Amino acid sequence: MSQYKINVTKLNLWYKDFQALKDINLSIKSNLITAIIGPSGCGKSTLLRTFNRMNDLIEGVRIKGEVLIDGENILDSKIDLLSLRKKVGMVFQRPNPFALSIFENIAFSLRIQGIKDKKKIETFVEKSLKSVFLWDELKDKLKSSALSLSLEQKQRLCIARTLVTMPEVILMDEPCSSLDPLATLKIEELLQYLKKDYTIVIVTHNMQQASRVSDETGFMLLGELIEFGPTKEIFTNPKDKRTEDYISGRFG
Amino acid sequence: MSKIKEFIIEKIIFLCGIITIVFIILIFLFLLKEGLSLFKSVRIFEFIFGKNWYPISEPPQFGILPLILGSLLVTLGAGIISIPVGIGCAIFIAEVAPRWLKDILKAFIELLAAIPSVVLGFIGMVTLVPFVKNFFGLPTGLTAFTGSIMLAFMAMPTMVSIAEDALYAVPYTYKEAAYALGASRWQTIYRVIIPGAFSGILAAIMLGIGRVVGETMAVMMLTGNSARIPQSFFDPVRTLTATIANEMGEAVVGSQHYFALFSIGIVLFIISFFVNITADIFMHHKK
Repeated sequence: MSQYKINVTKLNLWYKDFQALKDINLSIKSNLITAIIGPSGCGKSTLLRTFNRMNDLIEGVRIKGEVLIDGENILDSKIDLLSLRKKVGMVFQRPNPFALSIFENIAFSLRIQGIKDKKKIETFVEKSLKSVFLWDELKDKLKSSALSLSLEQKQRLCIARTLVTMPEVILMDEPCSSLDPLATLKIEELLQYLKKDYTIVIVTHNMQQASRVSDETGFMLLGELIEFGPTKEIFTNPKDKRTEDYISGRFG
Repeated sequence: MSKIKEFIIEKIIFLCGIITIVFIILIFLFLLKEGLSLFKSVRIFEFIFGKNWYPISEPPQFGILPLILGSLLVTLGAGIISIPVGIGCAIFIAEVAPRWLKDILKAFIELLAAIPSVVLGFIGMVTLVPFVKNFFGLPTGLTAFTGSIMLAFMAMPTMVSIAEDALYAVPYTYKEAAYALGASRWQTIYRVIIPGAFSGILAAIMLGIGRVVGETMAVMMLTGNSARIPQSFFDPVRTLTATIANEMGEAVVGSQHYFALFSIGIVLFIISFFVNITADIFMHHKK
């Protein structure tokens, strides 16, 4: 396996006439946490959503450029979208479990892959809940609705639901923005634990979070990737004036 | 001055609100008064479960079981046809169709709702009735089945538009989550969107059925009006509604026959009341 998981070259994206991404070049390494930071509307979520082609759902999107994941251009129209999205999982800003039971929320990921064996599903559900440290809390109420959980538990459940499809990359779109600080901390701990098995890309406008959890950071502004490098360097010794202004809180 | 104006407007609006309730209560009271008069001379049990409807024989027999079964059979048939087609259509409009096709379909379904039932009945009479007769080799094309097909058309607009609203009400985040997990469009629809919209879909079905139960003109024209207990879908039947419409003109005011028709009205009222209540429960059902 090459060191780089995702390679982006000359990526441009338009929503109708509005250019949301401008000439993005970026390489994301395997088994690291890469953070994308920047003010609201800078295109960081849009960039994240090109990695699993979720932008396809929006009308009027045009994309140019190349995004290679494991050397395969995922922007190619011939790509199998369903297996791409299984390989590149996503966790959303607001926890979005289905209005099903806790068990069925995770089983969903298995059922859509055609797994019907009950024993197998039960094993996978247990394993994935364990990997997000929810099993001990929830093992006795797997039948109750996922909507009755706390926000943090919901977000963990959503992560578990993603893990069970055995992705290689996990995209996280501000996964903690609706959580309280304590819950945020717990999710961040979980990320550190997951990092050894997965490549994680996290979008956040919380700079402290980026500096706490990530190994590499990219700073985006108005659709451009201004600076990209090891997190330590970005936060202690930024090369670009705009990065410095942003991380020192002069705007954003 | 403006205070008086305010006062008057307020009272007028209050009156408008009250008036509908008063009307409904009056209608209901009238229905009860006329309908219950029958039971001075005929026992309720004989009325509901009696197998013979001979209102003008001597002595008359007022058993509405054949009429109830006729209504049930036609409604059941209409349900079997309209539920899968109507719900399928709603899913297609809400989730699958491209925008331009969506708009066309919705316009046509609204148009379908605008066709008067007598026109549908008439069209059914000249096209569907001979077709059913020849295709199934029946002595007559005026059957429960024929009525069911036409009624299914009538139930569809209500069903489609309410089911469609229910499908739209499923949060976009569910859909997004399902797609992000690699679910196909069909998997997303039947594992996430339909369960999410389930109570609304049931409400849509009930309201569509409610429309079928109360429909009169088209069934009268298409089902053959034979007040016998039907043996199959391909028998002529007579529904509760068609009986009232057919015989109201010839029943002598104040006669037993006249009261019996109002009693049928009460039965119909009770049926549609329960159908609507069920729809309402589903509609406001919270998980």
